Amino acid sequence: MVSNYRIQGATGEWEVVIGLEVHAQITSHSKLFSGASTEFGQEPNCNVSLVDAAMPGMLPVVNGECLRQAVRTGLALNAQINRWSRFDRKNYFYADLPQGYQISQLFHPIVGEGEIEVSLDEKDPEGTVKTIGIERIHVEQDAGKLMHDQHPTMSYVDLNRCGVALMEIVSRPDMASPAEAGAYVRKLRSILRYVGSCDGNMEQGSMRADVNVSVRKPGDELGTRTETKNVNSIRFIQQVVETEARRQVDLIEDGGTVVQETRLFDPDKGETRSMRSKEDAHDYRYFPDPDLLPIELSEEFVAEAKASLPELPDAKRHRYENELGLSAYNAAVLTAEAETARWFEGLAAESAKKQGKPEADVAKAAANWLISDLFGGLNKLGVDLDSSPISAAQGAELLALVADGTLSGPLAKQVFEIMLETGDDPEKIVEEKGLKQTSDTGAIEAVIADILAANSDKVEEYRGGKDKLFGFFVGQTMKAMQGKANPKVVNELLRKALG
Amino acid sequence: MTDITDLGVAEIRDGFRGGAFSAREVAEAFNDAVAGSDALNCFIVKTPEKALEAADEADRALAAGEAKPLSGVPLGIKDLFCTKGVQSTAASHILEGFVPPYESTVSGNLLEAGAGMLGKLNMDQFAMGSSNETSYFGNVVSPWRRNDGGNTPMSPGGSSGGTSSAIAAHIVPAATGTDTGGSIRQPAAFTGICGMKPTYGRCSRYGMVAFASSLDQAGPMARSVKDCAILLEAMAGYDAKDSTSLNEPVPHWEAGLSGDLKGKKIGIPKEYRVDDMPEEIDALWKQGVEWMRDAGAEIVDVSLPHTKYALPAYYIIAPAEASANLARYDGVRYGLRETPDGANLQEMYAATRAAGFGDEVKRRIMIGTYVLSAGFYDAYFTQATKVRTLIARDFDQAWDSCDYLLTPTAPSAAFGLGDLSDDPIAMYLNDVFTVPSSLAGLPAIAVPGGLSKQGLPLGLQIIGKALDEQGVMNAGLAMEDRAGFTARAEKWW
Amino acid sequence: MHFTRLQQRRGDASRAAMSVDTQTVLRIASLARIAMSEEEAERLKPELNNILGWVEQLGEVDTSGVEPLAAVIANHTRMRDDVVTDGDKRDDILANAPVAEHGFFAVPKVIE
Ligand SMILES: [Mg+2]
Ligand SMILES: [Zn+2]
Repeated sequence: MVSNYRIQGATGEWEVVIGLEVHAQITSHSKLFSGASTEFGQEPNCNVSLVDAAMPGMLPVVNGECLRQAVRTGLALNAQINRWSRFDRKNYFYADLPQGYQISQLFHPIVGEGEIEVSLDEKDPEGTVKTIGIERIHVEQDAGKLMHDQHPTMSYVDLNRCGVALMEIVSRPDMASPAEAGAYVRKLRSILRYVGSCDGNMEQGSMRADVNVSVRKPGDELGTRTETKNVNSIRFIQQVVETEARRQVDLIEDGGTVVQETRLFDPDKGETRSMRSKEDAHDYRYFPDPDLLPIELSEEFVAEAKASLPELPDAKRHRYENELGLSAYNAAVLTAEAETARWFEGLAAESAKKQGKPEADVAKAAANWLISDLFGGLNKLGVDLDSSPISAAQGAELLALVADGTLSGPLAKQVFEIMLETGDDPEKIVEEKGLKQTSDTGAIEAVIADILAANSDKVEEYRGGKDKLFGFFVGQTMKAMQGKANPKVVNELLRKALG
Repeated sequence: MTDITDLGVAEIRDGFRGGAFSAREVAEAFNDAVAGSDALNCFIVKTPEKALEAADEADRALAAGEAKPLSGVPLGIKDLFCTKGVQSTAASHILEGFVPPYESTVSGNLLEAGAGMLGKLNMDQFAMGSSNETSYFGNVVSPWRRNDGGNTPMSPGGSSGGTSSAIAAHIVPAATGTDTGGSIRQPAAFTGICGMKPTYGRCSRYGMVAFASSLDQAGPMARSVKDCAILLEAMAGYDAKDSTSLNEPVPHWEAGLSGDLKGKKIGIPKEYRVDDMPEEIDALWKQGVEWMRDAGAEIVDVSLPHTKYALPAYYIIAPAEASANLARYDGVRYGLRETPDGANLQEMYAATRAAGFGDEVKRRIMIGTYVLSAGFYDAYFTQATKVRTLIARDFDQAWDSCDYLLTPTAPSAAFGLGDLSDDPIAMYLNDVFTVPSSLAGLPAIAVPGGLSKQGLPLGLQIIGKALDEQGVMNAGLAMEDRAGFTARAEKWW
Repeated sequence: MHFTRLQQRRGDASRAAMSVDTQTVLRIASLARIAMSEEEAERLKPELNNILGWVEQLGEVDTSGVEPLAAVIANHTRMRDDVVTDGDKRDDILANAPVAEHGFFAVPKVIE
């Protein structure tokens, strides 16, 4: 896939080159190097140990779960797992960094090269695949938080986040449009959530990206890049690419040069600006952290991490298509998020059980109902799947009632609306509201007889060749039956009665 | 009855248990000695009430039949160890007033074993120095004087100079030291006492103010090998809070002491024979060889070819690690803060650190920062860590032909305070015999061997294989037995 | 003085050494966040050059094929279990703070 995204400059077309460094908070109870909690939203400086506050003589001890999650993530990205890695100190002074250095991994990261396949169009998931290279994943500490607006002359320091484990997932500069950057982050987030190594919650800051952008004339060498720090939504990432690429093109075309620097994104103004550049910003004096020994992962450790991986989105999508017979689009929609797939699989399993059929026979109807009915309904309610008032078992029950002819399509819609509103079981609704469809031929025949008797003129016209009137009789019959008659039976009996 | 302050750890412990004196009597005797020692400036903080508290608990425990290994024994604690509720400064201005809400593992282990604390011992600032002239709280003075009738104040060595001076002066029976490149052994040699640096990882570094993490190791200092063994047994042990701590059982070193060296081979490293070494050091070394032979050991010549590169490698690695370890002293969370008018955050840092660090500390932070900075990292730091590998390999090869190494501890006797203070490199050369084993993480003990012509103590060093503290102490004991070092500084303070 | 021989070696090395100028000293001081006047830098410069010249003798050692020392004594990383065992001690954390307000450390205002 070659991107055709171009920026129109005064001197012609420009390409944009994008690389992303995604910081993903590793899901863990305690911090990377201390036993303090990682819980979000606590009182300031309460989730802080003496180690996090860098008290004299305090030492880091690594949380094995954080390493395991990084390894699982690497395996999910088909990346090389480095059985020997180690932590380095990245030295700089800032009030959110008590040690005066961040413990990170520069020289020997725990995960090496991997890749992600990204679909650029959900409607055509196979036709628009682009492979984005992963350069590395390393594990490091998060910093604390500075608050600037609480005091006229002071900034306040909260160390609750300080020392929380992050994975920095570094891509190759393989993206060439805002859409590709967005699709990459979406796919990466999806994989992390499948793996369970990061909750992907960008609003709470569990995932944020440093956006590296440069521009060049098609075919030219790479241009000088800028790095816009800590961008915390997919929309903003795309905005950064657009505005930063535009700014660079304008700058170059006006005779200027792009400076390699770190920038900040201002979401209110929708633009990036240079961070007050410090002359020594790039002299981090990395060296191996002598407080920590090299990390040597056993073969079993890696094998266990691998065995613990769930089915990943691409594999799942293929299985839905090939084994369950779903359309490519439906399979893509249902597998995009782990939560959706989990819900769908619950629904399909319950459906199969209730209807006594193989999953492959019920999956299509389940997928259609989930994507068009339930998603539509939840959308109107403004809630996510995980707070759906209808459970997968209830959905399966509804589908079973349709399949066994208890409910007609229109009746099922009616029941669904009530379920959405009340969360009640479909059977209960059918029972209480008397919405059961009837195939009782005697009752239907009696109604038909009455209708034909009351509309003898129309019966004549129909028999005289005005076929269109058949619909009129169906409508009258259904109305008289309060919509509960099995339409197939009605059709049959009407045809018989009308001769 | 002998003065209680003349007793060592074993004698106090045993006398206390045997009912010869109470722990309170011991604590009071040493508290008095501490109170009368101001001229030596060994202490930054005195804690007589802590010593008494522990003593009373020891007396109670003994009566209840619950005496612990160090019950009744009061100790000094080097100020590099953080002590809960007691100011801990690493002898720096930048940590002045810092009262840790936590206890270092090593000092905690000693207190847990029943010991009392007499106070926090002065030292070179952040353990950077070999003469105890870099403390913010003033120089420590050795109790020793030259026999020339003059009263030139002598250096007690460093960085554990408060420790060495206090032990030599019988102000404390024993105390903790820390050794990064020789900071236990060189001051022990300068003051005629014993000092043991165990294998790197034997003693937890948790709660010990870090100087150079890959080298720092706590150890005991006392007036006998046996006392060192008793203390180390209490100090050492696996600690899950220190990733570099060794998960090895702590042997019963005291019980295992034996000065019989039959079947052992002592290596004499030829590279330690520095041309300009004072004749009296060389003579003592030769004497040491005889003592080892007398104890039943076989003497062999060995070679440690990279010895001469140990000091320069050390003076890259230690400052590099220190430059990062000391970055946390920034005036934000504890200690000194200097905020010049209108200073921003970074200016506050710079002003605080300029005011809070002494000259030697600044010098080492500058060197460390430089050798790690862009463009110099490989030439300096990487090269030094590779040379370190070669130095460790030298020792490994030496162990093919011997069990221990015998060397002088320091290249000279103590010098006068001020004699070397304006020549950093001459000062650094004090550690020429101790730094190689520090770089390799090996256990080593310094034992007094005799006196110089000027009447000052001289020491010998035994270096052993990793984890063979027992062997090192046994060789030290054999030497101690034969040296019969009983000289003692005359009290003038 | 008995260090003459060793000092001579140091002298040889320092002659070959690249020397640090005052501007470099000031840059290093700024990297290390130690406020320093030009006079102080001037005074420190020869000291640093002496030390750097002396350590540069390491360049003589052939270290090709030699790995940097990774662990001083053979030892393995032990991994902690992922359980909360610490925290919830704000008073201890703030006890020694030069300035603390409303549960925060306070520093001169930072403009980002
Ligand atoms: Mg970045
Ligand atoms: Zn990062």
